[in-house]
Amino acid sequence: MSNGAVAAAATVGREVKPKVGRDDVIMRACLLGVVVFLVVCVLLPLYTMMSKSLENHAGDFVGLANYAQYFSTPSLFFSIYNSLTIAVIATVIVLVGAFVYAYALTRTCMPFKGFFRAVTLIPLLTPSLLGGISLVYWFGNQGVAKELLMGESIYGPIGIVIGSSYWVFPHALMIVITALSITDARLYEASEALRASKLRTFFTVTLPSVKYGLISAGFVIFTLVFTDFGVPKVIGGNYNVLATDIYKQVIGQQNFQMGAVVSVILLLPAVVAFAVDRIVQRKQTALLSAKAVPYTPKPSRGRDLAMLVYCSFVTLLIIAMLGMAQYAALVKFWPYNLSLSLNNYNFDVMDGGGWEAYYNSIRMSLYAAAVGTVIVFFGAYLMEKGRGFKTGRSAVHMLAMAPLAVPGMVLGLAYIFFFNNPANPFNFLYGTMGILVIATVVHFYTVSHLTAVTALKQMDPEFESVAASLKTPFYRTFARVTVPVCVPAVLDISMYLFLNAMTTVSAVVFLYSSDTTLASVAVLNMDDAGDIAPAAAMAMMIAYTCAGVRVLHVLLTIGIQKRMQAWRNQ
Amino acid sequence: MPEGDREGAFLKITGLTKKFGDFTALKDISLDVYEGEFVCFLGPSGCGKTTLLRAIAGLDIQTYGSVVQAGRDISALPPASRDFGIVFQSYALFPNLTVTKNVAYGLENTKTPADRIKVKVRELLELVGLHDQGDKYPAQLSGGQQQRVALARAMATSPGLLLLDEPLSALDARVRIHLRTEIKDLQRRIGVTTIMVTHDQEEALTMADRIVVMNDGVIEQIGTPEEIYAKPKTSFVANFIGSTNFVPGTVVEHDRVKAGDMLLECETDGVAIGKSIVMAIRTEDINAQDIREGDGNVIDVSISHLEFLGSFYRAHLDSPAFSGHDVNADFSVNLVRRKSLEVGSRLPVRLPPELIRVYPGDQQ
Repeated sequence: MSNGAVAAAATVGREVKPKVGRDDVIMRACLLGVVVFLVVCVLLPLYTMMSKSLENHAGDFVGLANYAQYFSTPSLFFSIYNSLTIAVIATVIVLVGAFVYAYALTRTCMPFKGFFRAVTLIPLLTPSLLGGISLVYWFGNQGVAKELLMGESIYGPIGIVIGSSYWVFPHALMIVITALSITDARLYEASEALRASKLRTFFTVTLPSVKYGLISAGFVIFTLVFTDFGVPKVIGGNYNVLATDIYKQVIGQQNFQMGAVVSVILLLPAVVAFAVDRIVQRKQTALLSAKAVPYTPKPSRGRDLAMLVYCSFVTLLIIAMLGMAQYAALVKFWPYNLSLSLNNYNFDVMDGGGWEAYYNSIRMSLYAAAVGTVIVFFGAYLMEKGRGFKTGRSAVHMLAMAPLAVPGMVLGLAYIFFFNNPANPFNFLYGTMGILVIATVVHFYTVSHLTAVTALKQMDPEFESVAASLKTPFYRTFARVTVPVCVPAVLDISMYLFLNAMTTVSAVVFLYSSDTTLASVAVLNMDDAGDIAPAAAMAMMIAYTCAGVRVLHVLLTIGIQKRMQAWRNQ
Repeated sequence: MPEGDREGAFLKITGLTKKFGDFTALKDISLDVYEGEFVCFLGPSGCGKTTLLRAIAGLDIQTYGSVVQAGRDISALPPASRDFGIVFQSYALFPNLTVTKNVAYGLENTKTPADRIKVKVRELLELVGLHDQGDKYPAQLSGGQQQRVALARAMATSPGLLLLDEPLSALDARVRIHLRTEIKDLQRRIGVTTIMVTHDQEEALTMADRIVVMNDGVIEQIGTPEEIYAKPKTSFVANFIGSTNFVPGTVVEHDRVKAGDMLLECETDGVAIGKSIVMAIRTEDINAQDIREGDGNVIDVSISHLEFLGSFYRAHLDSPAFSGHDVNADFSVNLVRRKSLEVGSRLPVRLPPELIRVYPGDQQ
């Protein structure tokens, strides 16, 4: 026996401690970096905010005194009721609306499906404020269709519900379309063979199969509306909701402790919704079988026509929102001089940041897209493909999921508390472009992370094993195989981050400085100052930019897919 | 080549145990693999054969036990520090790289000069018969071709050990048979020590120098294909490889057992008298021809069912001797025609004593 064998014989019976290779060391160090990033930018700020809600102005611990004060001030806690009312009504409207729309797109032979699908993407390209501004022009005090409200004011719950429904519609629609697309056609054949009526089939096959999708969509709508700041800020009038309360407490009254209390209250339902959604999604995947046969709808004149009418109506509403904002941006002096001009685009003569704000937004969005994509994708790769170090990998997973449950306002306020503290070594970030980029990346981390994980999971898990057997360092395989194969997902992530960075208000409204005003914040401030037409014009600038990026993304994706065609198919 | 008689195992596995939480996937496995040998790990799914392969590769390192390769203790080393090439069922070819680039992947990492790599890749592709396919992407090749590329890629760095994880399972039956001869030829020419995991007994029997039959995390038997087939050590092996009939009985005296109402002669392998046993005989070993007056181990049976399987018939036999157990015999088409056998036919069959195997207990 050789020496090695003798040495080995001696170790039999003892537990084997796998030796850590060079690759493992580098991967774990990088993974640790991602963990630190997420801890510093998610956990610590939230913790700071929660502890602030238990302190008085002087910074002494006062227990639940702030909460007691909150609940004994009717003007404050009534907002909870308002927020819930708005969110529930909007959830019902959007869920039903999106379900019928998705049904038309997936289960009927209605014509122009591509067009109807494309139009619903419009709200994703605009800040949520735009819907509010548009409503002012339609139904406001000088609105063109004011009479339709029959004396009711648009400034309040009606406006918030309509404006919210407009911008969350595509989010809900995407989820429901996915749910409706994965149904098994064989179930419908079986139902037909058993001579079940159309209605019975709908209730026994269609609805149960999309149940989880609908629940998931419902929670997404609820959370988005419940925590939204932009729409109620513009159109809410005196109707207070939680998100605008935080803004008023912090910006209006400089009462940071009360802002923290409201934030914690805003966080709770969002966390519950998030938890329920995770559980539901787990069930959804268990329901799926790989052998499902895709469903192809058959023409049915009456139904297809009815759906065409319905979808045209919804589409018309969406275009009316965008169209009015555009029209208002071009009109010289609403409603007295309706001639068109570009005067409202002369942002430099208005308060709110001027063209500088627009360029800042572009810069910020590019940074967020670049930095965010690198961190998110590399982090997901290390988590998904690393060997051993289970603690670190599950830490990344949990930390990456957390931002989804954190409303933008809450994140922004938490960042003030955390980064504005002079004792914090990261204090230098405060008031810079850097903190805006970080806040944006963190705010939209979860969806980007899940996109990356999905793409990585589709890759053969043995690529890494083969590469290791060929003694190739992991970063070489990452650069030569993983990234090239995942290019579409990488593009998706960067586009998602760019669009959201352009349109978001809530996460950054507390964090910009006079040097780093952003376009979306400028919309808010101009609207606040009564310059509604320039606000509309700036919102439209954001919309053009996002549409441009979206088109660029489509072109790039088509180009890449052509190149990839060779190694995709026969 | 019986165990332990040979000097200097190339790969020596000692006392290897692998646990996943509370579940023990491998229990105290010890095994020697010799230089240049082709060894198959054979067993049903979940028997631990792939786990053992992954432990040898360092992809899922064992909980206890050691692995020594070429005199070096590699028990705890990460895969990159070991010396092996691996081929997976899924091929795991890099989809965005051409065949040439895939094969060159491991070489580009060494300090081999570019022109040397080129020559080496061409040699390897010629070796697997794909010299004119170098510029194609994996998706443009058939499954069999892709698996050959994977093989060439694994061989490129001239590893001391080649690991094949169900390399043929994803292929069509015809391609599979073709490729298995090809892989075996290639292995013999290059002489690389090879371990292949498979659940297909035919694959193992045709390709392996030695087969390691595994079940439930333990090794049931190690031996040449002939040994494994002719002398299955346990009833599991007898049942898993080939088709075998099992009939329970008792040892009544040395080399004589009682099954149902019949006394049969067979080797009892030292099982004590009075013990219950299970008798096993392969379906093709039940003889219906040239039975002479006075032969032992002859039973009168009737055919209860006749299954046509192309090159032969499988006859389901009934006899009080089988005490209700299903016993099948494979009869050639020729025999069935000659004796005009059909359902209900009665005939004598002989169970040759030297082909009956006896396993202790009433296990099956």
